[in-house]
Amino acid sequence: MNKIVPAHNIGGYVPMIDGPEKVSGRAKYTADILEPGQLAGRIYRSPYSHGEIVEVDVSEARKLPGVRAIVTGADCGKTFGVLPIARSEHPLARDKVRYRGEPVAAVAADDDAIAREAIRRIKFKVRKLPAYYTAKDALAPGAVQLHEKKPGNLERDVLFELGSTAQGFGEADLVREGTYNCAEVCQNQMEMHAAVAEYDAVRDRMTVHASTQVPYYVHLMLSQILGMEMSRIRVIKPHVGGGFGCRTETLAIELIAALLARQANATVRLVTTREETFITHRGRPETDIKLKIGMRKDGRITAVECDCDQRGGAHSGYGVVTILYAGSMLYAIYDLHNVKYTGRRVLTNTPPCGAFRGHGTVDIRFAFESLVDEMAAELGLDPFAVRRANLLTAPTFTDNDLMVNSYGLPECMDWVEKESGWSERKGKLAKCNGVRKGLGMACSHYISGASKPVNWTGEPHATVKIKLDFDGSIVVLSGAADIGQGSTTILAQTVAEVLGLDLARVRVVTGDSEVVPKDNGSYSSRVTFMVGNAALDAARNLKSVLVNAAARKLEARPEDIECLGELYRAGAQDKGATFDEVVTEALKDSGTITVTGNYSTIPESHGGKKYRGSAIGGTMGYSYSAQVVEVSIDEETGVVTVDKVWVAHDCGKALNRLTVEGQVQGSVWMGMGQAMSEEAAYHDGLMVTANMLDYRVPTIQDSPPIEVGIVESNDPHGPFGAKEAGEGSLAAFLPALTNAIADATGIRFNDLPVTPDRVFEAIEKRKRALEKKKGSG
Amino acid sequence: MARLLEFTLNGRDRADAVADNILLLDYLREKAGLTGTKTGCDGGECGACTVLIDDQPTLSCLTLTATVQGRRVDTIESLGTDGQLSAVQRGFHEKLGSQCGYCTPGFIMASTGLLRKNPNPSEAEILEALGSNICRCTGYVKIIEAVKYAAVLNAQGVAP
Repeated sequence: MNKIVPAHNIGGYVPMIDGPEKVSGRAKYTADILEPGQLAGRIYRSPYSHGEIVEVDVSEARKLPGVRAIVTGADCGKTFGVLPIARSEHPLARDKVRYRGEPVAAVAADDDAIAREAIRRIKFKVRKLPAYYTAKDALAPGAVQLHEKKPGNLERDVLFELGSTAQGFGEADLVREGTYNCAEVCQNQMEMHAAVAEYDAVRDRMTVHASTQVPYYVHLMLSQILGMEMSRIRVIKPHVGGGFGCRTETLAIELIAALLARQANATVRLVTTREETFITHRGRPETDIKLKIGMRKDGRITAVECDCDQRGGAHSGYGVVTILYAGSMLYAIYDLHNVKYTGRRVLTNTPPCGAFRGHGTVDIRFAFESLVDEMAAELGLDPFAVRRANLLTAPTFTDNDLMVNSYGLPECMDWVEKESGWSERKGKLAKCNGVRKGLGMACSHYISGASKPVNWTGEPHATVKIKLDFDGSIVVLSGAADIGQGSTTILAQTVAEVLGLDLARVRVVTGDSEVVPKDNGSYSSRVTFMVGNAALDAARNLKSVLVNAAARKLEARPEDIECLGELYRAGAQDKGATFDEVVTEALKDSGTITVTGNYSTIPESHGGKKYRGSAIGGTMGYSYSAQVVEVSIDEETGVVTVDKVWVAHDCGKALNRLTVEGQVQGSVWMGMGQAMSEEAAYHDGLMVTANMLDYRVPTIQDSPPIEVGIVESNDPHGPFGAKEAGEGSLAAFLPALTNAIADATGIRFNDLPVTPDRVFEAIEKRKRALEKKKGSG
Repeated sequence: MARLLEFTLNGRDRADAVADNILLLDYLREKAGLTGTKTGCDGGECGACTVLIDDQPTLSCLTLTATVQGRRVDTIESLGTDGQLSAVQRGFHEKLGSQCGYCTPGFIMASTGLLRKNPNPSEAEILEALGSNICRCTGYVKIIEAVKYAAVLNAQGVAP
């Protein structure tokens, strides 16, 4: 007889359970919903950066046969926004336009050609206002306010000093300052924005298919904008082609599609172009940082002072949170005291920025790890040694009350140091034939979900349901939005693991508000931790139901029942009952079995009250990452080639090594794009990089091998010990790259992206300086 | 103006009245109902719409439908036989060459075109064949592994 053992589903290399759909073209994304009778939607966008609206004349457009609906700002006076404190955006501009590309009017027509012609016929008049394309200009005295309630165009300023920087700098042997500029970058996810809204006039019900990371937030905002009860709204999230943060808030397109559908009493399919996707990108803001660090001779950091200005764009979006993260996440990676942070989130006449992978932490980490590296060199310390002089000891709370329970950063550093051959190779790489090689390292970290959700309702942070019926299949119902990161697979693995069943028995239903429990959505890397814990709870509850049924059937006590997945038995000698028999027995009690699992964060993880907004940064568990980057620099052309990246990520416990590796590689690579080539550039407020040729993401030919080491610190609160894996490794790439370039050339780049022309110019400048010195000497 | 177009689509003969100005991408998605082929950009930037025309990877967003007269067009829906995934599909699924999946049909068709012509490509040949396809999720590392694995499966007899 074969020995029956429970199936194990955690810790291996598990392909995604929705992979077969994706590789066969059967996976449906929002834009793939093409049905007869649908109307085509199009948006008229402001060609002006800043102006008071004088007239939106749609009369000529309305005359066009086949036009079924036209909406303008006059049709909707309500505002939306992701943060309850900053809902200041209209789906279609009213009174004012504030950036080039802001939606002004929208059309639904019988086909796309008619919709485009209708858009061409719209006449739009404004009284122009001065426009500000940099944070500095928008903050200048006398600048016209973009928003009535935001004097000085300051969306939010943050100031805190914890400890005494005066004392800290006094204790330092070396104090250095640096200024840093990081260009605005866009998520540029592969699937362009899309929404399909279906209005049922007979029942007064609205169904919206949205390409979103946060179906629940879309539901809330649809209700607010349409003035419809939430019970009349249904939100469906089909497959989503990436998000990286741009879809963590309701977008105007979803609201506009619904407004059009209601006016037309029809179904409206609204798909944006790539250009429109760029100019409504909600990416990472251009950031200027001034950083000052005090350090003792042994590398111990004694004080940090950091100023951070973000060019936030024309509306708030997540802005307040972004500027708070930038300050709070100075902490929780090293043992820091005596920290002063000044942050300013500025409103400008550029597209609104939002939450981009590594939200708020990336540019600050670039500055911090750059300056630490520079100071280490000056003190003659190894970059690893200087970081090791500042490690935390977990468990602990930081000065800003962030709770750190598991801390795998030391092991991450050990791994990349060893695997990259750091100690043998650093400073000894060949420099010949005009090619200089170098090694650089850096560290970063990220949260596993914000401990307090944006919309605090008092409910558990996450809820999962499991249904089990006559067919013996386990159906997991979750509102968590899989956007390609593999959250659906993680939930299936989690449930299968608890029940000891083969993964094939588990199906996961997501993405339809009519069926699945509410979920806060896929943002801040919360799903594996929060929803994973809820799934764990649900699966344990289901197991308990099954164990009780088995006990009854086998005439044994529940505590004596052993669950082997496909077999339940009372001791090794018992023949036992099969899973199907146990299910049949359990159904006698209640019919279809449904169980609920919940997860709530603990108050200790909610951050403190030492300054306004200090809850931002609070999480149940921080991930950690260390990276070594090896580069070659062609001195003749300024071209930087990344030869290899070694990255170690502490994800607590790798529930799925395949997807952890994929997430970490994707993060590192996205950091590489920001560091080396990506930049949203504007001319008079017009984004001139709004296509994938001018906005350069690395191609397969530009991209290095990325070797991943997984560090498992086993977080005491994580599901099976797991923490996040999808964001924390992005930030470290940026400084690891510039540290490697500094190692190779002696030149330090504090402005991103480090493009070949910038490198070439810096090399030439140094050459000229050397020649001049030679000439005069 | 519309005219009669005859060609082979995913192994089946097809005759259709087709307007001169319709792009192959839009024809496939909107007229033939084959939504596996994706629109990822405003034209020629990303490779998501790659299909095979006579086994040659081609951007369907830059191809007028009228030009495929008498030719053989294969989309992602043509792959896999007898309920089995093709070697390239298995490679992308099992090695995680696909995360969000949106660029995947384009990458799979470009890779399929490569393996049909060159069953044992070097890494440099893989990079060249996929150089005009953008993926925003994977960092490409696992895409390269996926294509290498597909070549191994192909050598074992699994159709590419």
